[in-house]
Amino acid sequence: MGMTIAEKILAAHTQTAGFQPGDIIKVDVDVALANDITAPIAIQEFRKSGQARIAHPDRVVFVLDHFTPTKDIASANQCKYVRDFALEQEMEHFFDGGEAGVEHALLPEKGLVLPGDLVIGADSHTCTYGALGAFATGVGSTDLAAAMVTGQAWMKVPSTRKFVFKGVLGPWVGGKDLILYLIGKIGVDGALYRVMEMEGPAISALPLSDRLSMSNMAIEAGGKAGIIAADAKTLDYVKPRATRPYTVYQSDPDAVYESVTTFDCTDIEPQVAFPHLPENARPVSQAGDVRLDQVVIGSCTNGRIEDLQVAARIIRGQKVAKGLRCLILPATPSVFRQASREGLIDIFLDAGAIVGPPTCGPCLGGHMGILAKGEKGLATTNRNFVGRMGDPASEVYLCGPAVAAASAVTGRISAPQEVVK
Amino acid sequence: MIFKGKAYTFGSDVDTDAIIPARYLSTSDPDVLKLHCMEDADPEFPNKVKPGDIIVAGKNFGCGSSREHAPIAIKAAGVGCVIASSFARIFFRNSFNMGLPIFESDEASGAIRGGDMVEVDADSGVIRNLTTGARFQAKPIPSFMQELIADGGLMEHIRKRGSI
Repeated sequence: MGMTIAEKILAAHTQTAGFQPGDIIKVDVDVALANDITAPIAIQEFRKSGQARIAHPDRVVFVLDHFTPTKDIASANQCKYVRDFALEQEMEHFFDGGEAGVEHALLPEKGLVLPGDLVIGADSHTCTYGALGAFATGVGSTDLAAAMVTGQAWMKVPSTRKFVFKGVLGPWVGGKDLILYLIGKIGVDGALYRVMEMEGPAISALPLSDRLSMSNMAIEAGGKAGIIAADAKTLDYVKPRATRPYTVYQSDPDAVYESVTTFDCTDIEPQVAFPHLPENARPVSQAGDVRLDQVVIGSCTNGRIEDLQVAARIIRGQKVAKGLRCLILPATPSVFRQASREGLIDIFLDAGAIVGPPTCGPCLGGHMGILAKGEKGLATTNRNFVGRMGDPASEVYLCGPAVAAASAVTGRISAPQEVVK
Repeated sequence: MIFKGKAYTFGSDVDTDAIIPARYLSTSDPDVLKLHCMEDADPEFPNKVKPGDIIVAGKNFGCGSSREHAPIAIKAAGVGCVIASSFARIFFRNSFNMGLPIFESDEASGAIRGGDMVEVDADSGVIRNLTTGARFQAKPIPSFMQELIADGGLMEHIRKRGSI
């Protein structure tokens, strides 16, 4: 019987033969990731185990990216706790200060996640790496502690739902729009416990950055992983970065899927997800008159150089609407540097935007762009739950970088075509 | 093990930001987190909840962030167990890993009202609404997960057995 990519990667990382969806198996972990919010609990649990050293220190990655640059004394203490542990364990892959970036933008850039890897991360958006052809899934801090002690994790073998994207994308439509559209169709638990495998001509045509945006939001449909098979574009990105061997898997033609759903993308417009769930996606033309107080462009979903390039094409020569704060947060130091070299930072500053350091900050209502009671924010981030970006009585709308940039100029949710004639 | 308490009901898709908002995540101290448990879904919940009370929710409870602070806050608030139509997968595994009892039952989720007295037999998975007399059967828990509960969570399981 044929196998899916997910099944092949699980099989390559377990001693259990002939497993079926629903079975619980032990897997060897290639990469185990945590951040400044989730690592402290993992470290406490690791300490309790009594084990002196991490089982495979080269496979554990800590990134201080959520409440950094530290927002208050408590978060500073939390970061110090993680930093002290990383230094004590002589962790090679510890990212702090000017080396830190938003974790799911940083790890692919550093070549730390490769096709065929089995990755767990104490961060729900670990599923981002599915776009590299890896099996990557979010777990809790205790899972991470277990991986630090044993090098392993337990997995319930998921079934796979396949989503095929046909057609050619319209102007200003990108990966973020496709994933919001998909979540709008299947709902926030439409792929609960399942692997989402995404393919088709529209996916093949996307740059890797847009595929990473799509896999990033698999969790917003409840998915365990959001896998896109590695192709020539993936390998162009991976090859110069990889420092260890990797394996490219393809699903077999007779692989068993729980379901196969096909979308024609030709008529899909840029999407906006309304409060307070990512499934509330609408075409931007049906957004109505939503006046905005803040626009955020950044995050593990859309803080890559390609996202900033799209935003700059729209903002160039324009001004941010009066009374609106536009925050642009390049996701990693190297994205920031490239944006600077390409003149994008000047374009943003000339327009009156705020350009900030790489951080998850506002996405989870941590810091650097918190909404007041009654305010409305539009963001290229991934969640619009109640209180996600600040006061429980604020609202978050989600979109891709093109709609975000256009809306920053007009002051209300707008199609890019309104600004770029 | 028997859980018995008053039901507090919530809707579907209760996310971990509602269970414990990120603005409180600069600590993982259970005694601090419990003060804000469910705050963005029901600001009064931390003041109302009594030890042994039971959360009853719709589908996809615990969706969103992987923060273990969510089950920690629920446990520290004194909640005995959570019943839902379904759980988001990271919350599901976190609960077993750290010993928060959870039960899946669509029927119980739909039939239990806020304020009802509820009893759950963890071994049989039988849920009783003591207020109405209704009886429900929770979905069976896979044997590995039962081991995790019996051992007192994932780390204790590893300590006792030498591996996962």
